[in-house]
Amino acid sequence: MSDDIFITEATIDGESDGPLAGKQVAIKDNISTDGVKTTCGSKMLADYVPPYDATVVERITDAGGTIVGKTNMDEFGMGTTTEMSYFGPTDNPAAPGHVPGGSSGGSAAAVAAGAADLALGSDTGGSIRCPAAFCGVVGIKPTYGLVSRYGLVAYANSLEQIGPIAGTVEDAATLLEVIAGVDERDGTTRDPPQGDVAYSDAADGNVDGLSIGIPTELLEGAEDGVVDAFWDGIEQLESQGATTHDVSLPSVEHAVEAYYVIAMSEASSNLARFDGVRYGHSGGFDGNWNETFAAGRAEGFGDEVKRRILLGTYALSAGYHDKYYKKAQNARAWVKQDFDSALEEADVLASPTMPVTPFELGESLDDPLQMYLADANTVPVNLADLPAISVPVGDADGLPVGMQLVGPAFGERQLIRAGSALE
Amino acid sequence: MSDDVVTPEDVRHVAGLARVDLEDDEVERFTEQFADILAYFETLDAVPEVDSEAELTNVMRPDEVRASLETAEALQNAPDHEDDYFKGPNVS
Repeated sequence: MSDDIFITEATIDGESDGPLAGKQVAIKDNISTDGVKTTCGSKMLADYVPPYDATVVERITDAGGTIVGKTNMDEFGMGTTTEMSYFGPTDNPAAPGHVPGGSSGGSAAAVAAGAADLALGSDTGGSIRCPAAFCGVVGIKPTYGLVSRYGLVAYANSLEQIGPIAGTVEDAATLLEVIAGVDERDGTTRDPPQGDVAYSDAADGNVDGLSIGIPTELLEGAEDGVVDAFWDGIEQLESQGATTHDVSLPSVEHAVEAYYVIAMSEASSNLARFDGVRYGHSGGFDGNWNETFAAGRAEGFGDEVKRRILLGTYALSAGYHDKYYKKAQNARAWVKQDFDSALEEADVLASPTMPVTPFELGESLDDPLQMYLADANTVPVNLADLPAISVPVGDADGLPVGMQLVGPAFGERQLIRAGSALE
Repeated sequence: MSDDVVTPEDVRHVAGLARVDLEDDEVERFTEQFADILAYFETLDAVPEVDSEAELTNVMRPDEVRASLETAEALQNAPDHEDDYFKGPNVS
C-alpha cells in the first residue's frame, strides 16, 4: 500500500513524552533528516544524506513524534500531481487511479492511507493545500514566517512555508503548534503579534458570528461538481451561525503569472547550487568547470525543473528583468493589498481549494501551462504571505473536494476554528 | 501575443547561462512551450502600478564563535575530495 508513498522508509525515534507521543509522522523528502536520505524527488539528490536535522524535525522528535519515512514529491516541489518525481508517481488512496496532488503528494497520501498519523509538507504555491484537497485530508499553509525553514531545501524562498497535513483539523493544529515559532537559524521567522503559538485548543467548531467573504473570481473557473460541494460546505457553516458575503479580488486574475515568474526566478537562483561538487549528482564528466556542471545538471534534473530554471533565468536576464520580474513584484503587491482590504470586512475568505477534482494518473503531463493554471486558487495566498487551511467538503462524483479558508497574517487560530466547524 | 518570438537560439542561450545542457529535442520542445508560457506572462502588462511599502527589518545576532559542521560531515556527500578540501573540475 505504502510502497509508492515513501521514497525512503526509516524510523527516527522521538522522546518518550510530549504532545506527539505515540504519533507517527511522515516527512516530505525536501526536509532534511540527519543520517536519512533527503532526495527532493530528484536524481540530483538521489544519494544525498544530510548531516543535520531541519528545525521542524528536531521539534517533532522533541515533542515525542516518531518519524516513519520520507515522502514522495514532485521534483524540488515543482508540480501539482507528484508525477514529476524521479522515483515515479504516487496513487491517490482516496481516489485510486488518480493523482494525489502535489507537490506534497506523498505526505497527503501517507495520511489518507493510514501509513502515518500526521505529515509535513511544504507549500510554495499550494503544495500542501492541493494534495490535502485531492486526498480528502486537512492541510495548513502557515503565515510566511511562522514556521522555520532551516533544513528545507529551497525552491522559491520568498513564498514557501512548511506546514502540517492530518486527518482532522485538531491533529493538524497540534502539529502546527509543535513546529511553529521563532528559530534563530531562520532569520525570516517571527513570533505572532499575539505572542504564544497555541493552536490545538482552537479546533472548537465555534463559528457563531463568523464573517466569511467569498471571492467571486475564485469560483468562476471551478468545475460544477467542485462548486456544488463548496456551497454545501458554506451552508454547513451558515447553519452554525456564520454569515457570508461576496468580495471581489480583481488582482487574482494575474496571480498565476506573477507567481510563476517569481517562483521560477527564485528557483533559477536557488538551484544554481547543485553543481555536483559539494553534494549531488556530478556525472563525472571531463572538461572545464562550466562544461562539467552543464552536463551533470542535464542528467540530474528532470524536465519540469529544467523548464523552470530556464524560464527563471530568462525572466531575470538583461532586458527582460523589468518586463517580467519587476511587473510580477508589482502584481504581488496588488494581490497583497486586495487580500488585506477584503480581510478588513471579513474574518476569513472561502473558496474551493482546487478548481478541479484529481486528474487521472498520466492525464496531465504534456501541457505545462494548463497544469500551472490549476493553481489559480492557491498561489494568491503565497503571494500575499497569508495563512490558509484546506478542509474536506465532500466529493464530486466520488472524487474529494477541499474548501480553502484564508485568514489575516498570523490568524491561524481563526482558520482552525472555522475549519473544525466543517468536520 | 508576444512581440518577441522565442527562438531555439534563445533557449540555447538561457540554457548556457543556467549551465544545463539540452538535447536537440529538448530545445525544440522548450521553444514551443516557452512561447506559450511567456505570452501568458505578458498579461502582467495589464497590472496597474501599485504603491507598496515592504515591512522589512533586518534580523541581527551577536557575531559569536559557535560550533559548525565538522569537516568530515561537510565532505561526506562530495563526489570527490582531497585531504580536507572539495575537489572540483578545472576552472578553465
